[in-house]
Amino acid sequence: MIKVRNLVKTFGTFVAVRGISFEVREGEIFAFLGPNGAGKTTTIKMLTTLLKPTSGSVELDGLDPAASPNEARKRFGIVFQDPSVDDELTAYENLDFHGVLYKVPRKVRAERIERLLKLFDLWERRDSPVKQFSGGMRRRLEIARGLLHTPKILFLDEPTLGLDPQTRNQLWTHVRQLNEAERVTVFLTTHIMEEADRVAHRVAIIDHGRIVAQGSPAEIKSSTGSQTLEEAFLALTGETIREEEATGLDQMRRMSRLWRGRRA
Amino acid sequence: MSAIYILWLRQLKRYLRSRTRIIGSLGQPLLFLLALGFGFGPIFRKAGQGNYLQFLAPGVIAMTILFTAVFSGIELIWDRQFGFLKETLVAPVPRLTIMLGRTAGGATVAVLQGLIVAAICLVAGVRVSGPAALFYALLYMVLIGVLFTALGTAIASLLSDFQGFQLIMNFLVMPLFFLSGALFPLADAPRPLQVMAAVDPLSYGVDGLRSALAGTACHFGAATDLGVLAGLTALLLALGAYLFAKIEV
Repeated sequence: MIKVRNLVKTFGTFVAVRGISFEVREGEIFAFLGPNGAGKTTTIKMLTTLLKPTSGSVELDGLDPAASPNEARKRFGIVFQDPSVDDELTAYENLDFHGVLYKVPRKVRAERIERLLKLFDLWERRDSPVKQFSGGMRRRLEIARGLLHTPKILFLDEPTLGLDPQTRNQLWTHVRQLNEAERVTVFLTTHIMEEADRVAHRVAIIDHGRIVAQGSPAEIKSSTGSQTLEEAFLALTGETIREEEATGLDQMRRMSRLWRGRRA
Repeated sequence: MSAIYILWLRQLKRYLRSRTRIIGSLGQPLLFLLALGFGFGPIFRKAGQGNYLQFLAPGVIAMTILFTAVFSGIELIWDRQFGFLKETLVAPVPRLTIMLGRTAGGATVAVLQGLIVAAICLVAGVRVSGPAALFYALLYMVLIGVLFTALGTAIASLLSDFQGFQLIMNFLVMPLFFLSGALFPLADAPRPLQVMAAVDPLSYGVDGLRSALAGTACHFGAATDLGVLAGLTALLLALGAYLFAKIEV
């Protein structure tokens, strides 16, 4: 379903992804793990047409996202790591907007929006502007949105960030259900190794832009002689803490907090 | 088509929901009308140029549209920083469609804001020559709106944060307004000022709008006004679409 060969991405002199290759089979749940700044999000962006690879090839459901982006975009749904809902619109409007862009017919759209909002416990708040939502509620809304157009491939970039155990549990149950009932291929990243161990069929570990291990969670654990995936992860990527610089985004958030004091 | 509509609708909803923004952005035009319109009125009349408020009104309407339109375009930076842009960029919709929807929305908001100021001008005593005048005035307002929203979008496509924003305000938007003949008659202006006004696209918008409202002759000529505005609008839409298509997040 996803084929990646010698994928490279450089930003100026910085090499974010150094020639990675992997394959995700149809109907598989694939976890892409790595420390901060390892190249996970950059890879997801290249897979989802947001960034052009410097070199190497990507194939999504037999399509090259660089050559036919719109065809490729129809096939996947994505839940981004950073928030990407419109604060000024209501929960319902955010989903409706998405449904129109993905050409989900009106009637089907209304039914699915209702089902998803109920599933993620947001139906009662459907007409509230998203700016009044808590972090967890926004996250749930983003996940509901990613599922709205019933994609063949679902990208989840740290979907459980900021969720309580109840919602996390609900999310993974639902993802597994989708995977089993509708054969949706899932590509996810997470920092919670226990989650990856529980839901993923196969795992790839990326560090400094290179894949350092891939296989089933059991294979990775046995190859490093570890009891848990977390131990294996630390054994493979070391225990040094990675530094990430504040981006323009962080600066903007601070500015926005100053301007819209009541949200802080 | 439905994608353009939903993008347009989103901008409109955002506008109608932010009452503070609507009221806030009326402050400046009102101040211009009040301080300049009434303040310079007597001198303007003594100089034999007639009613200054009548002269100034189209300039202030054009200014309102210019500011709102550029801001609407620049709003792209917000969407980019707060992530919503990604949602539209991964959707199976051509970038050109997204850019057109955004521009239509921004221009509509700008024209609405211009219409509010126009209504205030009418209440303040500005006279309109007839119903046809309103039609032509609206045509010029739409052209100004689309042109400068496209300009804002083109600029915003090149910026990833607000660092350059002050620069754009001081070295682009403000000069566009002050040199456009919105505040003073171009006919008697010194030569260098006339040359600068001639390269300022807003001049043609102000000129067309003024002549449409008052039913008087244009400084540049109606055909020139319409031609320059329409041509530049097409050019900036193309440029905006090109730059927007190249955005990576």
